[in-house]
Amino acid sequence: MGDVLHVVGGGLVVAGALLTLLGGVGVLRFPDVYTRIHAASLTDTGGATLVLLGLALISGLTLETLKLGFVWAFVMLTTPAAANALANAAFSAGHTPRIGAFQIMKGVAASEARPDTQRRETSDDDESAAP
Amino acid sequence: MTYLPGLLVALIAFWFALSGLTSPYFLVLAVVAVLLALWLSARLGVIGRDASPYHRLPLLLPYVAWLLGQIVKSNIAVIARVVGPRSAIDPAMVSIKTKAHTELGKALFANSITLTPGTVTVDVDGDALKVHALVRENATPASFDQMDRRAARAADGAKRKG
Repeated sequence: MGDVLHVVGGGLVVAGALLTLLGGVGVLRFPDVYTRIHAASLTDTGGATLVLLGLALISGLTLETLKLGFVWAFVMLTTPAAANALANAAFSAGHTPRIGAFQIMKGVAASEARPDTQRRETSDDDESAAP
Repeated sequence: MTYLPGLLVALIAFWFALSGLTSPYFLVLAVVAVLLALWLSARLGVIGRDASPYHRLPLLLPYVAWLLGQIVKSNIAVIARVVGPRSAIDPAMVSIKTKAHTELGKALFANSITLTPGTVTVDVDGDALKVHALVRENATPASFDQMDRRAARAADGAKRKG
């Protein structure tokens, strides 16, 4: 029984690590600061949850499980605050988000995909920003 | 100041949960740490109903369970956008109105939006939220409506905004 929990827990930790890696890949591939926040939130939510869940299964029902629960709760409470602050700071500083369909792999490196400074935010009119 | 004793008990319980130690030396450290935390909380002015929404716990816990389901769904959606070899994103900035009328309700809704991958709250102004979304079609006002209603019910317990 303990062995099964170890294997399942280990699998969850590996899955969480892979999800964290995917979050990093997303940060590299996405074009601007706002879309990169979306990619990074994979790491905060899915990655952290899977790793902590896996560790809880490995540790069994002890005081450690409770501590891992605390860690998870604080991660869930604090990361949206950090993401809000980051997005709000970028927006307040006048960093205009890139709006409209964007093909990630279309000959444009992420570092060249600058946000369009001419355009303010648009909510309903459709415009294609893909170069 | 009925919340002060509550915070005191919670901090003591938290300290024991984290340390599990009972030797006199560590108990003295515990008293120092707990009093320091209490003093800092009082200085920040966060001892009170808004910062300790224990009375809403029976409604908040089902909401958190529902939110976890949403987080799993949006995780999968964002992963698909990250790994697709020709994946396309369609970022959009949308304005939505919230039904929540307390600070706690607004904070819960805005943080729920940010916590689900693919959407992030950029600004809150009164009852209007500015939300940046990775994919435009997932960020219509209708798609936030359910989360707004559930968050407002969990945090405010109110039926409708007056």
